[in-house]
Amino acid sequence: MKWRLIPLFLCLCCLCAGCSTNSSQSPSDSASIYIQNKGSDTIVNLALAWAERYQTVRPKVRISVTGGGSGTGITSLINGTVDIANASRAIKSEEISAAEANGIEPVEHVIARDAIAVIVNPENPVSELTLDQISQIYRGAISNWQEVGGEDRPIVRLSRETNSGTHVYFLEEVVRLGNKNDKAIFSPLTLLLPSSEGIISEVRDNPNAIGYDGLGYVTSEVKVIGISSGLGKPYVMPSVETVNDKSYPIARDLYMYSKKGANQTILDYMQWILTAEAQQIVRELGFVPIVVVP
Amino acid sequence: MIEQTPRERPVNILIKAAGYSSILFVTVIFIFLMREGLPALANVKLSSLLGTVWYPIEGYFGIWPLFFGSLIVTLTAILIAIPLGVGTSLYISEIAPMWIKNLLKPLIEILAGLPSVVLGFIGIQVAVPFMRQSLNLPTGLSGLTGAILLAFIATPTIVSISEDALNTVPSAYRQAALALGATQWQTIWNITLPAARSGVITAVMLGVGRAIGETMAVMMVTGNAPVMPHGLDAIFLPVRTMTATIASEMGEVATGSPHYQVLFFIGIILFTLSLTINVIASWVSTRGRKRSERSLS
Repeated sequence: MKWRLIPLFLCLCCLCAGCSTNSSQSPSDSASIYIQNKGSDTIVNLALAWAERYQTVRPKVRISVTGGGSGTGITSLINGTVDIANASRAIKSEEISAAEANGIEPVEHVIARDAIAVIVNPENPVSELTLDQISQIYRGAISNWQEVGGEDRPIVRLSRETNSGTHVYFLEEVVRLGNKNDKAIFSPLTLLLPSSEGIISEVRDNPNAIGYDGLGYVTSEVKVIGISSGLGKPYVMPSVETVNDKSYPIARDLYMYSKKGANQTILDYMQWILTAEAQQIVRELGFVPIVVVP
Repeated sequence: MIEQTPRERPVNILIKAAGYSSILFVTVIFIFLMREGLPALANVKLSSLLGTVWYPIEGYFGIWPLFFGSLIVTLTAILIAIPLGVGTSLYISEIAPMWIKNLLKPLIEILAGLPSVVLGFIGIQVAVPFMRQSLNLPTGLSGLTGAILLAFIATPTIVSISEDALNTVPSAYRQAALALGATQWQTIWNITLPAARSGVITAVMLGVGRAIGETMAVMMVTGNAPVMPHGLDAIFLPVRTMTATIASEMGEVATGSPHYQVLFFIGIILFTLSLTINVIASWVSTRGRKRSERSLS
């Protein structure tokens, strides 16, 4: 019985030895430089694609990208645990003061733009809505498609969860129509889905549904609605052109925040993001580039 | 006290430590929950906590819609799972021939081991569109879809535990009933099931516990709309459960904020609920045992 344990013990020894050789290897790899990048789930795919491409530009620089939400990323920047925070909303003034209290001065970079597309099922005859109609739908004042020129069907409202930067943006700019004194909230009947994929799949399957999501997440299985900012104004579809000429009403800037006094590696990376090579990736992922891409 | 040899001592201490550690863990969890959750009562107005609107980013902390959401989904799940679970265990233990029994038992154990996120994925792809079309609902993301998935999660627990309980009924009971001229159904319904009653009730209670604490599958298919239910038809509408709320909001909440404390307060409610269920389960099973001991003496 006693002897049977010896192979197990040997295995454990090998494992431990394996661990220690592994850990002694990483310092010898010290030539590489690490950048920690964290934040918005909207940006995470874009940031990953950039980090991957940057490997071919500067092989020594390792960028680790994690999501978690805009608030999570900015909090980590304030706490000093990341070098760059991704955010799909601008930093709040109380976050800036919290950072300054920690001796960190956030530097803002607009890295891309994003259009929020309003989507319905392809079977739904409605293909144009005004901002005011969308607001009334999500407030719960309009609850049948007939009232906006569609079939006699109930409206099923879909939204991201409240911790999403996209949810907050949609609440402020669409539901409240940008009115800061408006205290309206989403109708309690609004379905709060945990992921973008959940919204796309429900809109794809359900002719009653209306949803919104970043243009980068919209697939061809759903129908994108043309939006007018007011009665009598033209209905505009979201695209790179309409976002850049500001005719599409629900578009926002996407940000990265670094610290003032960051090292040269981070500054180089932030500069590279604004090159045509990096902004080409922005377009491939369905976002809107901020510089002209050939 | 039994005398220990020196070689037994360390083993004894280890086993003792393992036994006491569970008490320690539960106590520590309880203290932590209380410390993080109870300040909610001081920092959030009671009228807000007892309100009917849950929209935490604007300071609406009404817990009622979440509480009723959990209640309505769990109750419906249990109504589906009890007949299904007890029926399956009766079939396996009393009626099925040996080879079917040997096939069904491992299959049900596999079902019990299925990760709930997998069930949720199947639910979102298959059950949600099916429910909407067959019942002509506005959306298939509803309490009923969640309840059906929960029933699937709770059933294997109920089956395996109540089947064990049915197996412990002495076969002399069945033989005596059959010898007196009872049919097989009469034997099952009037003799075997009542004799295994306490074990079957424990199985059901553990199934309830499993259902009320389940998060992932429910979060994926119930639509998570914090609607205050107004009648029995609320089961066909989207609901938001307490577990799904904690899971989806805890990630980005600032530590120590009122929202954080309210989420822990919801945790206290869940803890109390499952504690109550467990206490009832153990009370029922000990009471049942005493009665059967009485009747045998």
